[in-house]
Amino acid sequence: MSRPIYVYLTHHDGTIDDSALEMISAASRIDPDISVTAVAFGFGDDLAAACRQAAQYYREVWKIEHEKLTHPDAEVIRRVLVRILPKGAIVLIPHEHFGMDLSPGLSILLETAYLSDVVDFEAAKDDRIRAVRQEYNGSVSTHVDCDLSNGAVINVRPGIFKKEEGQGVNGLVIDKTEETFKDWIPETRRRFLEIIKAEAGEVDITQSEILVSVGRGIQDQENLEIIFGLARAVGGDVSCSRPIVDAKWLPRERQVGNSGKTVKPKVYMALGISGSFQHIAGIKGNPFIVAINKNPQAPFFQIADVAVVADILDFLPRLTAKINETREKK
Amino acid sequence: MDILVCVKRVPDPAENEIRLNADGTDIERDNLVYSVNEWDNYAVEEAIRIRDRTGGSVTVVTVDNEEGDEVLRRELAMGADRAIHVQDKLFEGADGEGLARILKAEIEKGRYDLVFTGVQADAGSAQVGGMLAAMLDWPFASIVSHLEVLDEQKIRIHREVAGGNQEVYEMDLPGVLSIQTGINEPRYVPIRGILKASSLDIPIHKASDLGLTADTAGGSRARVKRQDYFLPVMGEGAEILKGTAEEIIERLIGLLKSKGGIR
Amino acid sequence: MQTALISPAEATILGISGVGWSISILVIGLSLFAYFVARRLTPLLKAGADPRLDRIPERLVRLLKYGILQYRQPRYRLAGILHIIIFAGFMILSLRSVTLILSGIVDGFTLPGSGGRFYTCLKEVSATAVLVVCLAAMVRRGLFRPKRYAVPAKYGKAHTAEALAVLTLISGLMLCDMTFEASQFSANFQKGFQTGLLIPGTGTWLTTRAFNPLPVSSLQSIHLVAYFLHDLIFFLFLCFLPLGKHFHVVTSLPNVFLMKLDKGTVKPVKWDLDESKIVDLQSVGAKNLEDLTWKHILDFYSCADCGRCSDQCPANSVGRPLSPRFISLKCRDHAFKRYPLFGRAAKEKTPLVGQVLEEDEIWSCTTCGACENECPLMIEYVDKIVDLRRGLIDDGLVPQSLQKPLKSIEKRGNPYGKLETKRADWIQGLPVKVLGQGENCKTLYFVDSITCFDDRAQKIARSMARVLDAAKMDFGILGADERDSGHEVKRFGEEMLFLALKGKNTKAILNTGVRNIVTSDPHAFNALRHDYQGIPPVEHISQLMERKIKSGDIQLKNVENSGNIYTYHDSCYLGRHNGIYEAPRTVIDAIPGLKRVEMARCRDRSFCCGGGGLAMFYEPTEEKRMGQVRVDMARQAGANVIVTACPFCLVQIEDGIKTSGLEGEMEVIDLVELINDHLVCRE
Repeated sequence: MSRPIYVYLTHHDGTIDDSALEMISAASRIDPDISVTAVAFGFGDDLAAACRQAAQYYREVWKIEHEKLTHPDAEVIRRVLVRILPKGAIVLIPHEHFGMDLSPGLSILLETAYLSDVVDFEAAKDDRIRAVRQEYNGSVSTHVDCDLSNGAVINVRPGIFKKEEGQGVNGLVIDKTEETFKDWIPETRRRFLEIIKAEAGEVDITQSEILVSVGRGIQDQENLEIIFGLARAVGGDVSCSRPIVDAKWLPRERQVGNSGKTVKPKVYMALGISGSFQHIAGIKGNPFIVAINKNPQAPFFQIADVAVVADILDFLPRLTAKINETREKK
Repeated sequence: MDILVCVKRVPDPAENEIRLNADGTDIERDNLVYSVNEWDNYAVEEAIRIRDRTGGSVTVVTVDNEEGDEVLRRELAMGADRAIHVQDKLFEGADGEGLARILKAEIEKGRYDLVFTGVQADAGSAQVGGMLAAMLDWPFASIVSHLEVLDEQKIRIHREVAGGNQEVYEMDLPGVLSIQTGINEPRYVPIRGILKASSLDIPIHKASDLGLTADTAGGSRARVKRQDYFLPVMGEGAEILKGTAEEIIERLIGLLKSKGGIR
Repeated sequence: MQTALISPAEATILGISGVGWSISILVIGLSLFAYFVARRLTPLLKAGADPRLDRIPERLVRLLKYGILQYRQPRYRLAGILHIIIFAGFMILSLRSVTLILSGIVDGFTLPGSGGRFYTCLKEVSATAVLVVCLAAMVRRGLFRPKRYAVPAKYGKAHTAEALAVLTLISGLMLCDMTFEASQFSANFQKGFQTGLLIPGTGTWLTTRAFNPLPVSSLQSIHLVAYFLHDLIFFLFLCFLPLGKHFHVVTSLPNVFLMKLDKGTVKPVKWDLDESKIVDLQSVGAKNLEDLTWKHILDFYSCADCGRCSDQCPANSVGRPLSPRFISLKCRDHAFKRYPLFGRAAKEKTPLVGQVLEEDEIWSCTTCGACENECPLMIEYVDKIVDLRRGLIDDGLVPQSLQKPLKSIEKRGNPYGKLETKRADWIQGLPVKVLGQGENCKTLYFVDSITCFDDRAQKIARSMARVLDAAKMDFGILGADERDSGHEVKRFGEEMLFLALKGKNTKAILNTGVRNIVTSDPHAFNALRHDYQGIPPVEHISQLMERKIKSGDIQLKNVENSGNIYTYHDSCYLGRHNGIYEAPRTVIDAIPGLKRVEMARCRDRSFCCGGGGLAMFYEPTEEKRMGQVRVDMARQAGANVIVTACPFCLVQIEDGIKTSGLEGEMEVIDLVELINDHLVCRE
């Protein structure tokens, strides 16, 4: 059988993203024998550096360069992919804000099946593949059966598959720019204007070593003082999950997660946070995670190192008091 | 601006405990309460605001069996001008692509400047909007967190991306947008409004009205088929600290110190 | 009787006879006044219906108690006494004023009863008292400036100038009358004529002595000037009344007569409309001035700007934007603007919320009723706020923080979004019967949502089950058939949602065949008692326990910790709205050896915990939380244990203890829990 597998390479400032390495293990789950081609879009030195780095993991890296692609615009990239990908290919794309923009339309234009937000695969067989997805906000999982007879576009959830460790592949970077844009410019009816960066506020949690993070378990805005008290006691910064920002109790700059910041602290205290994958996706670097929640079924308890089943409104003031006590004794 | 908003009736994530049914074929549906999909509700609110500013109309559409009727009425009570109920046994089992084909047929029957969907619904696929746009050959933007009408043919939108940042695009109309929660603050729909809407007329469009057959949009055509439901396998998980509160606190402080968690 | 001076009726001033002047002043003054009153009545004719002429005997009793006898005034001691004196003076002197005015037309005119020695005594003492009190009031208003009269910057300048002006006018009236009389007395003395009764110590007496050195010719001028000045001031004052807060002089007694008779109730959406027809209305609630009822507008006119309502308002004291006084004043000024005294009335309707009032102002109210309980003019606030909320709900203008719990109530019958099937989870092994599943009982324990689902409040339910058991009550609960009582849903303006809840609960209750209902939740108690119809009688657990302790069915052992000092916190819907103050206290005091103190603000002056129903979900702008303030009050009273009889109060006060950092120092416990802890167990 062996359909060619292509991976959309995500990179920033000349470095490939973690997801690029995860796609390799994802691809090998589909077909361990096939070698995978990475496809990289961009412009200038950043693109070149990313392709060179990617070549250490991928046998083949397609480089496609255009000024219009300085900032990845899914509407443009979709047209280019349709032009350059062979019929019946399998394309793997990380399921985040770019992949969500690109892939559904891509699958229609390629006339392939579309699998969205996949968390696991079984090996492809007889031109079909079984994948695992989640529904109802992660409450339940489903097995889905996908017809690969015309190829597939598959969005893979970032942070799930193992990052490929083995470098030293010494792959080939093939510049496909000229071939792609011969007598053709992608015209779209959507034009990228600019990026508006999140306002820099009083704290940059992406630099914090100790994060005291709060979720809905805090129940009320007035109780936030309990969290700030603990943060002062441990010398850390306060961060939070999305519902706290949606309720306007804390500014977005303190939000950890997909639509917030990516953090890499040494210690992460998850207080009254259930632990949706969008939130957990924002925690990198394998910190020591302490989860405190009333509900022992909270998903955070799965990934934390230690956990306490307690009401944070009761437990935290006592914890803070004890920490301050031991401080004073010194 | 004539805006079409695609809405879906889903089990309410805030008011339900989602459990598997006995044989793993579906979630347990007894005792579930349903609502309009939260993202779709934000989309309708946004559409109403645009209409109030620029004139035009807001139409809501759903592809569902007869139970989908209640979300159409609620959005009418909220302020939408018209509702369309696309309903046919033929459509049962349609996957995301099938759904997009059905909606495409419906859209081509009318004249719309903008089509909204929510970013995603209960299955979390986030696919119908993007597929629809490609089928119609209209421009598309997902995860829209801000919308500004520049003139009758152009809009400016923001997309919510990582790190709390926003991408800004300009888009030519007609176009398809998937709307993110938090784009606005949806108004409250009083029960009285919903009761009043129960007497309104909602046209039902069948497959034949849309020129569709089981081949073009039915369940048999689906390339992706759900096989079963199961609970995600839980890993080992965290070590749960036990004992009295004092003992736990002692232990926790010790651990935090050793890991550099107390400066 | 021969007089030394020419009387006003006989005099000629500037070529016109005294009678002529008197008639002119009277006719112009009265006409202008009548015209002003008629203009002021216009909006009342355009406003909504409000039946207030029922139960006349009750109304007359209240008119006597609150109107004539000024029953509420002394609650603010000094101001109350001052006002009672001025009010009594007005009542007594009204006879005198009429006599005086008419004597300028018909010389020597007297009304029956006004000529005799008794009335003369009364009038002289009153006039003197009023003058002294006015002077004292001016000093108090102008110099000491009590806090509750302060006007927040956003509402403009202080009202002190107007207050002082009016006190001056009243003083002027008294002085003119005294001067008029004194000049006559003095002249009579000089000419050796007989005089009327002169009482030593009164103003007239003092003035007479002061006038003695003056020649009769001067006294004559003074006499006439004083008379016509009195006339002018009188009619000036009369015409001034409809222009501002002093309209209350005219409207107060009618307003008291027309007061709301039934505490704890909420006015219907429309008085003459059946519930089932609400859905067909074009618009629901008070969106503009004319949507309110005529009585509400009369309330605005009657506000005396005394500030007692806002002084008692718990929302106001924690810095929320709500000030009941200014709701009345702003709406009154709005009515004055729309219906001016001269010129056309405004045609297009103006929305009240947004133009005159703020949304936050309206949602900040906890409906505790402290304002209405304090107002000497019996102005109603809760009904107006509910009507305004109904209008906001109708237009979809609901803050997000309230939309969630409302949606959960719609879908799941409780504001927490928990499954109805879990309403009986609190039972946890206790032998509590769930009615409607083959079980029949005499009594229904209506639990209501917070007690079913809140971790802390669930303990009340368990204690309740044990206490009811100990009292040998044959009781059961509705379990999954129970829905939220809807008490706050109604008071937050979602009338249709309330009706749906009422329908379901009523059906479930009647299905069980119970004979009576008991509850530990004053909100549920008030709802079942006042908002529901056709269900068995309901009482609060404090009433039941009082009876059972008295009859000996419940026996209590000595207080567990004799070092504790307890205080009882009156919850709004048990106390103020339903008048149940003694039963809980009797129950607490029945525990031998228990020491109890009262907080300064107790009984009908109790301070709301801020937590009733949906009020707990709303996120207002405020400086402090009501729960914390109440905990402070308990500490000041010397208590370390607060006893509540309401699950919301319990949760809010416990929260207040935590956020004040007083855990371990202060405690809060529900009345039922306290009794449960002290039950003498039978073998």
